Amino acid sequence: MKRHLISTGDLTRDDALLILDTAEELARVSQRSIKKLPTLRGRTVVNLFFEDSTRTRISFEAAAKRLSADVINFSAKGSSVSKGESLKDTALTLEAMGADAVVIRHSASGAPHRLASWVRGSVVNAGDGTHEHPTQALLDAFSIRRRLGRLEGLKIAIVGDVLHSRVARSNVLLLHTLGAEVTLVAPPTLLPVAVGTWPCQVSYDLDAVLPKSDVVMMLRVQLERMNAAYFPSAREYSRRYGLDRDRFARLHDDAIVMHPGPMNRGMEISAEVADSPRSTIVEQVANGVTVRMAVLYLLLGGSEPAIGGAE
Amino acid sequence: MNTYDFHEGTAVSTILIKGARILGGAPADILLRDGVVAETGDLAGARAGQTVDADGLVALPGLVDLHTHLREPGREDAETVETGTQAAARGGYTAVHAMANTSPVADTAGVVEQVWRLGQACGHCDVQPVGAVTSGLEGRQLAELGAMADSAARVRVFSDDGKCVSDAVLMRRALEYVKAFDGVVAQHAQEPRLTEGAQLNEGEVSARLGLTGWPAVAEEAIIARDCLLAAHVGSRLHVCHVSTAGSVEIIRWAKSKGWDVTAEVTPHHLLLTDSCAETSPLGPYNPLYKVNPPLRTADDVRALREALADGTIDCVATDHAPHPVEDKETEWGAAAMGMIGLETALSVVQEAMVETGLLDWAGVADRMSVRPARIGRLAGHGRMIEPGAPANVTLYDPSVRQHVDPSAMVSKSRNTPYEGLTLPGRVVATFLRGRPTVLEGKLV
Repeated sequence: MKRHLISTGDLTRDDALLILDTAEELARVSQRSIKKLPTLRGRTVVNLFFEDSTRTRISFEAAAKRLSADVINFSAKGSSVSKGESLKDTALTLEAMGADAVVIRHSASGAPHRLASWVRGSVVNAGDGTHEHPTQALLDAFSIRRRLGRLEGLKIAIVGDVLHSRVARSNVLLLHTLGAEVTLVAPPTLLPVAVGTWPCQVSYDLDAVLPKSDVVMMLRVQLERMNAAYFPSAREYSRRYGLDRDRFARLHDDAIVMHPGPMNRGMEISAEVADSPRSTIVEQVANGVTVRMAVLYLLLGGSEPAIGGAE
Repeated sequence: MNTYDFHEGTAVSTILIKGARILGGAPADILLRDGVVAETGDLAGARAGQTVDADGLVALPGLVDLHTHLREPGREDAETVETGTQAAARGGYTAVHAMANTSPVADTAGVVEQVWRLGQACGHCDVQPVGAVTSGLEGRQLAELGAMADSAARVRVFSDDGKCVSDAVLMRRALEYVKAFDGVVAQHAQEPRLTEGAQLNEGEVSARLGLTGWPAVAEEAIIARDCLLAAHVGSRLHVCHVSTAGSVEIIRWAKSKGWDVTAEVTPHHLLLTDSCAETSPLGPYNPLYKVNPPLRTADDVRALREALADGTIDCVATDHAPHPVEDKETEWGAAAMGMIGLETALSVVQEAMVETGLLDWAGVADRMSVRPARIGRLAGHGRMIEPGAPANVTLYDPSVRQHVDPSAMVSKSRNTPYEGLTLPGRVVATFLRGRPTVLEGKLV
């Protein structure tokens, strides 16, 4: 493993499997009545959030606390911290405070890379602009493997606003590394022009892709994209790319449905699909804590077994 | 040693340059007297107040930059006329065109005269102000182009550089209007709607990095429109910082029609690609590589080099754009666009054009001095090193290779994209009307 987790493209197949296997071990702890491990006692994890994301922040916070790390939440949004100069100053401040890991969420693509050049501790990317969100991809892979028992050879459709999606970028790279066959499905306006260079298939036709898919991952589509002419209306988007009951019926019986949240029910996914037993959406949240524990443990914990001597 | 009276701005004596290879030719001596080239050839018996040994050095006519941001007035924290012209002299330049996007904008006779006078006072190279096309660069109303043309600064090049004159009617009127005083409109070709929030060339790299793309078509569409407009009204168009293979095709087509269209390319677009934003040793997303128009692909670089070699692109212009450290030590999206380039331009051109066999030194002189001076209508620059020509001469040693050290630059800013690279060549001396501004590689 590298010192930082910024892009899933930096993970080898062995790295990725180590994270998933470690998460599997740690998941057993989550089933105990006392969920805390002493592994990262005395280590400091800073949650540096320049963008609102309560879900991701509390997931990282829970993960760090279950490993007994000290957690500092630094919410930079709305403060004077909004420009790059301040990102560097913030980095130097955290460095001076002795942060062992900085979990950063930022609206600018590449902010974690810049941060990593200014701090000695590990940097964990918790979502940067429209670039990547590697722990989301890891928890998605973890959730798929738990449900379907494998990743190798699976056909996975990722549907929606790929152009602006950090979740899609991280998933394409990671799932490809783990041997899955990814197909991106979106209107052409919501795909990067150079998407043909990515290690995946591309389709504009959701109905053609669904029957062949083992996993359908729906991405959140922001309504403001409509104003920038990416698609004509929410209704038309939903009609062509939404996962409703009829489309859901076309999936084969073992296929699962995923969504990184937060969902627009009725837009990219209908309520009954989201709430069906084949949806992993709630599991994904639970698995998020476990996978983030594994990441923090592997970046900070060194060579000790993750749950050795925990009783 | 002789002495010079800098305040008068004239050489009070003669200088004999010994054994320089004029335009890379056979060694010859060059005698500079009273601000002009007095004689060239074997001048073994000539007497001079000072002798400069130029054994092995290439002599070029003093370089002329059509595109420099000196930042004064307004952003003296980034650069001043003093430091910017020092950087120019160090890079072998004897004249620079100072872009209009200062604060206040150079859109009146008063501001252009101020910049012109600052240049005169500094004396490191001639400063020829560029006037804004529209008031405040706002793209709504023509600036007083005629007043700037008639001012002491004698403005001939007009540009809203940094912004595109995107309104087709305004662009048409500007092209027509400047015909009255032999002016030229230098267009920053960037369709604004296609480039909202744009960060990096739209392509493979921007897709991976999740940075908003700056598509080639946004440049090419404006260039095509402007060529047609220039043809329609029979005026002169200059295209700033051409960056794509498609733009080259359009300009080649316009020239084939006999239209009066000229174009420039920057050194960085001749050497670097958008992959720098991803795989530079300085780390991914390093804003040193953020520039407008953005770095493009290897195919574009190849097309630009070929176009400069065959003359489709007329000249190299630096787009020297200084920014203070805090505007670059940021995340990519928040960083300022631009790179400094005056002190490295000739080295980059050697690397990209001479070492590759695309241009010889005569070609370099043509693209970096003769043609830019002609486009800017600078009568005293861009002349061959011949008896009677103004004594603007650059002596260059192409045989050395140097590590680019930002801290050694004389520009006030450090935002060079060549940090960490080794580039060929070194400017040894620069003479402005017979007076050395640089000797032994150091400012005089």
